[in-house]
Amino acid sequence: MTADPIIDVVGLAKSFSVLRKAGRVRRRREEVEAVAGIDLQIERGAMVGYIGPNGAGKSTTVKMLTGILVPSAGYVRVDGLEPSRARTELAKRIGVVFGQRSQLWWDLPLRDSFDLLRHVYRVPAQRHAANLRVFADGLELGPLLDVPVRQLSLGQRMRGELTAALLHDPTLLLLDEPTIGLDVISKEAVREFLVALNREQGTTVLLTTHDLTDVERLCERLLIIDHGRLIEDGTVAGIIARYGTERTLVVDLVEPGPPLTVDGAQVTRVEGPRQWLRFRRADVTASALLARVTAQAEVRDLTVEEPDIESIVRAVYAR
Amino acid sequence: MATLGVWRHLVGARIRADWQYRTSFFLFLLSQTVIACLDLAVVAVIFSQVDTLAGWSGIEVALLFGISGVAFGLADITISQVETASRHIKAGSFDLFLLRPLSALVHLSATEFALRRLGRVLQPMVVLIGALLLAPIDWNVERAALVVVSVLSGTLIFGSVWVVTSSISFWTVESQEVANAFTYGGGLATTYPIDLLGTWLRRILTYLLPLAFVAYLPAARLLGRHQPLGLPGVVAWATPLVALASVLVARAVWTLAIRHHRSTGS
Repeated sequence: MTADPIIDVVGLAKSFSVLRKAGRVRRRREEVEAVAGIDLQIERGAMVGYIGPNGAGKSTTVKMLTGILVPSAGYVRVDGLEPSRARTELAKRIGVVFGQRSQLWWDLPLRDSFDLLRHVYRVPAQRHAANLRVFADGLELGPLLDVPVRQLSLGQRMRGELTAALLHDPTLLLLDEPTIGLDVISKEAVREFLVALNREQGTTVLLTTHDLTDVERLCERLLIIDHGRLIEDGTVAGIIARYGTERTLVVDLVEPGPPLTVDGAQVTRVEGPRQWLRFRRADVTASALLARVTAQAEVRDLTVEEPDIESIVRAVYAR
Repeated sequence: MATLGVWRHLVGARIRADWQYRTSFFLFLLSQTVIACLDLAVVAVIFSQVDTLAGWSGIEVALLFGISGVAFGLADITISQVETASRHIKAGSFDLFLLRPLSALVHLSATEFALRRLGRVLQPMVVLIGALLLAPIDWNVERAALVVVSVLSGTLIFGSVWVVTSSISFWTVESQEVANAFTYGGGLATTYPIDLLGTWLRRILTYLLPLAFVAYLPAARLLGRHQPLGLPGVVAWATPLVALASVLVARAVWTLAIRHHRSTGS
């Protein structure tokens, strides 16, 4: 780990007190730990995925990193600043996109939102114009600049949100569900843009998402949070290797038939002549398994499916 | 100064956005003006029945009405939007105000700026000017300065009451009605001579919610009247100090409230 991480977090925790029903009118005050002690360092220029089920503490973490929420305990520094104390100073250095909330001016043309943000962040006019040109090109916003935000489609708006978060040249970009609700083409445009941004400007990106394709396409490093604790922190490839112990052999038989019974594998699905056999890498090799299958039935075609990240994450949560 | 520039741009954007719903804008402006005139009509009705109210003549009450009305109207147009904090907290959009290199209070009040509230400040302005011309005031430089200082200090005091009461919404989300009891209720209370009220209420309005300083004490000074609660005449000049103290209290409460923000939803 580098000596000067952009995000440096030790023992970070946040608990909320909530009122729970306890009898007809009585309410009991209860402490709920949304984040229960996280240690995390992120080096400059990294692209990191941050995933976890709903309510696991992802958004709470991001909100503490931006200074929106004051931590209950722990040490946080973002670009050397304590977020909740130096919130407005930190705001100049970070860009944030909350996928479910717009930071654009709803009734005004997109261009006006960008112009207002120029004043809010006090970006010199020349710098602003140059940045806007770059982002408008990269995200194909040109024809949309004069359209009121309320008339933009979700995908168009999201590209606007990204631009809005980046016009002041932040060193850290925090994205909370940036591809939520987008169609495939918009998702792809957003991803390509983020990769280019990271490569060309060296912007650090922390991304929370439910879409694991985002993680596979964008991130080297993956953090998994559950019940307020980091349960995994490593490279995407490493996590796949560790949890992806199960593979699937898909065989197309010449004749449709009942599910095969083979040692070391289990049939998980049958569709006409096609059968899916799940097996563990440690128990049997793919070729040995194939030999056992061909001993029972004639095989016309076959593929071996590697575990996808969805199944890995399911395996991690189920642990 | 730089903040003022940003404020101007944000307010401009809001006015441009509102301009797209012109009919609604003008109807609201009209209703605000009608409401403001009805407040004045109430005073007129009272004085059609009696000559004095707690020893104050009609034109003297109009002076009170004018000072308090202009101060309230200016606070209403510049800072009362802070009460929308409660709505933004509920919707989760308050977070966005905390993501900017700008005071969340300035950002919120600029974004929620409502030009249509202009109706509430124009009418008391007319009343104030009329009352200043017609009331039996022995004019000198000190009294002229007192009018300006009182109106501006009153704006700050009302604004502070708004900020403090709106801050409650960071602890309990359903609090706007309670807050309005103090803001609008307070605005109404300063329209009449506080001698009308019981001693306890008078004390509350002087010391706790310092609304007596907004109009009553300065007006008494302008008219050469005795101050209530046995205070010396020069106490009218305490108004800017009270305003400063209110602003400091409001600032502290708001800062505390922001640190208590819980940020709903994802």
